[in-house]
Parts: sequence; structure tokens; C-alpha cells
Amino acid sequence: MKDSYDILVVGGGPGGAVAARKAAEAGLSVLLVEKRSAVGVPVRSGESIGKDELLEFIDADQRFISAEINSVSLIEPDGSVSVSTKGIEYILDRKVFDRELIWRAAEAGAEIQVHARASSPIMEGEKVCGAVIEQHGKTYDVRAKIVIAADGVESKFAKWAGIDTTIPQDGIMSCVQYVVNDIDIDERTKQFYISPEDAPGGYIWIFPKGKRCANIGVGIPGTDGYKARSYLDSFIEKKFPNGKITELSAGGVPVCGPLKETAADGLLVVGDAARLSDSVTRRGIYNAMFTGRLAAEVAILAVESGNSSKEFLMAYDKAWREEKISLIPNENTKHLE
Amino acid sequence: MITIRREVCGYCGACVSVCPSGALELIDAYLSVDSRLCKPKCKLCSTVCPLGAILRSEE
Repeated sequence: MKDSYDILVVGGGPGGAVAARKAAEAGLSVLLVEKRSAVGVPVRSGESIGKDELLEFIDADQRFISAEINSVSLIEPDGSVSVSTKGIEYILDRKVFDRELIWRAAEAGAEIQVHARASSPIMEGEKVCGAVIEQHGKTYDVRAKIVIAADGVESKFAKWAGIDTTIPQDGIMSCVQYVVNDIDIDERTKQFYISPEDAPGGYIWIFPKGKRCANIGVGIPGTDGYKARSYLDSFIEKKFPNGKITELSAGGVPVCGPLKETAADGLLVVGDAARLSDSVTRRGIYNAMFTGRLAAEVAILAVESGNSSKEFLMAYDKAWREEKISLIPNENTKHLE
Repeated sequence: MITIRREVCGYCGACVSVCPSGALELIDAYLSVDSRLCKPKCKLCSTVCPLGAILRSEE
């Protein structure tokens, strides 16, 4: 690890990895720190992304695509089913996918450090000038012209730097998901159950992961979040009593809407850290990669012009708000609104 | 104060995102609480936790 870089990326999920790759491809010096000892785990995702959305960033590869989906079923409380068949979606294997994106960033020239945690920002007045990095029991002061906070739903970096990132209790969906094997499912159909009984105020999803296997999860409002796992257990017991649960993951999905501002002096905030996921449209992965790329593009201009002021970096904030991302549903999920 | 049931926690970070005091942090896959910042009467994190891993301990 060096003392200073053009760009420091905090977090090695899809948003951070795409930002690091883009900035490194432009010839900037880039350090990406991931606090965990590996990227991609633990999985905290339904792993769903549109085919076209994926292809904006990486070629489709069977190593990280678990299933190809061509229809979405919505099951209403009265049992009625509506089916939408517009566009292809993929269910990813995030353990492989996230690692692949990190490898691309490394190949582009970004330095990757794992088990390395940004424990506080280095501030000069209001300006973010880098971060204190803790790794293997040692502490490093790393300066950077711009820090990109891609530290996910549990983001602390932007908060430390003065941006209010706290999600209100009714602005988060509490989610639990199992990988369930040996079940009878349509491998090419995503299913959503809207049911006040099975998931009050939320829904249950079944995302196929290939032959006789699916991500099955529940999301309910955070105001009752602690009940999430018991709802999922009841649903599985009812619908798939012989299913074999081979993986558990939990997560919080921000539904509070994006941060009011996603840039500050020396700082850009992307993806879940900017609260840019959305449980209705389920575009957390795409939104993270989209804003990661955009943040890098603005950061490149900022480094070239020697100006990393908030005023300059707000071009990023303005740009994503004007873009097709944000909270506009795609064709497959429009009916869920 | 809160008690984290580490054997129940799924390291998802939902609690961290709702904590208004910044008392919680997910360090690697280990949820830590700063008892100096954690507010006695607040129970946002224990309500939101999808696995029920956070208990409020009555003092």
C-alpha cells in the first residue's frame, strides 16, 4: 500500500469494483479496500439483473450466471397470477460475479487490498483527503484526491464525512433468503408472492438458480423486521416442505430513496451506500455499477482538472438523477408498483 | 443497551444503516457496538434485524 493515490475506493462490491476498473483504465492510480477477507461473500442479494443491464458492464459468462429468466409471475393475495414476459433477466452467482469484477479492476491496474478496513476519513476541514486503513493489525494513512464510498448498506464512510446516511425504520425492508435445493420450480420464471398473510407489507420472491434450486426470500418493512425469518420458514414449510435449505443470507434493502446529496468535498457515494437500491425494481446491482462507473468518470475529470471540490463533484449527483437509473422500474417489474 | 446474539447474527448490516447514533459497525463479519454512543431507550436496530439477533437488555 502506498501513501497516496488519485482515487481510493472503499468497498469491493459491484459499485466499487466498476469504479476502480474505470478509473484505472483511464490511467489513474487507484486503491480499492475491501474490509472482508474475500469479495462476494456473504451474499446479500436476490442476485437478479436484466441481461441488457449486465451487458453494459461485462460479457455474459456461464461461470457467474446461475439461470436465465424469461418470465415474471406475480401471485396476488387471492391467488390470481399475472405473467410478464418482456426481456431476459439473469440470476447471478454473486460469489463468482463479484470476484470477476474485482479481477477486472485488478487487471486494469487498480491495487486491491482485502481484509483492509477504512476506519475513518482523513479530513482537512470539510474536505475528505483519504482514509485511515486498518489491515492485519497495522494502521496506514492513505491520502487520495477523491474517495469513492461504495461501502454498501452498512456504509459508515459518508456518515463520518458529514453526510446523513441514516435510514428511517420504515425506509428499509428487512430480508431473509435461503438457497433451497431439490424443489419443483419453473427454472425460467421468477415469482413474487404478494400476500398479507405470508409477508405482511412486503413480499416473497422465488428466483431460480438452476435445476431444482432457487433463492427464496422474504422482505418485510423494517418496522416488523425481526419477524422476517419466521415468515420465510412458514412459507417454505407450506410450499416446499421437502426442500433442502443449503444457504442462509440476510439483508436490509433501503427503500427510503437516495441520499439528498451523493457528493461532498473529495467524496462521491455510490450504490447501496447512496441508498440507490430499490426493492420494487430490484435494481440494486445495476444501480451500483451504473453509479460506480459515473462516479469514476466524474472523478477522472476532477483529477485532470485538479478540482475535487463538492461543487465540481456534484456533476455526478446531477448526472445520475437525470439518468434512466434511479427509481424507474423496468418492463418486467412495472406491474409491481 | 443492546445485546448482540452473535450466533444468530447474519452480518447483513441492516442494523448499522438505521442506527442514528453511529454506534454500530460491521467490522469484517463481526458486529461491534460502541456502548458510549448507543442510546439506552433506542431499539431501532433490534426491530429491524431480520434474524432477531439483537436484544434490548433492560437495565
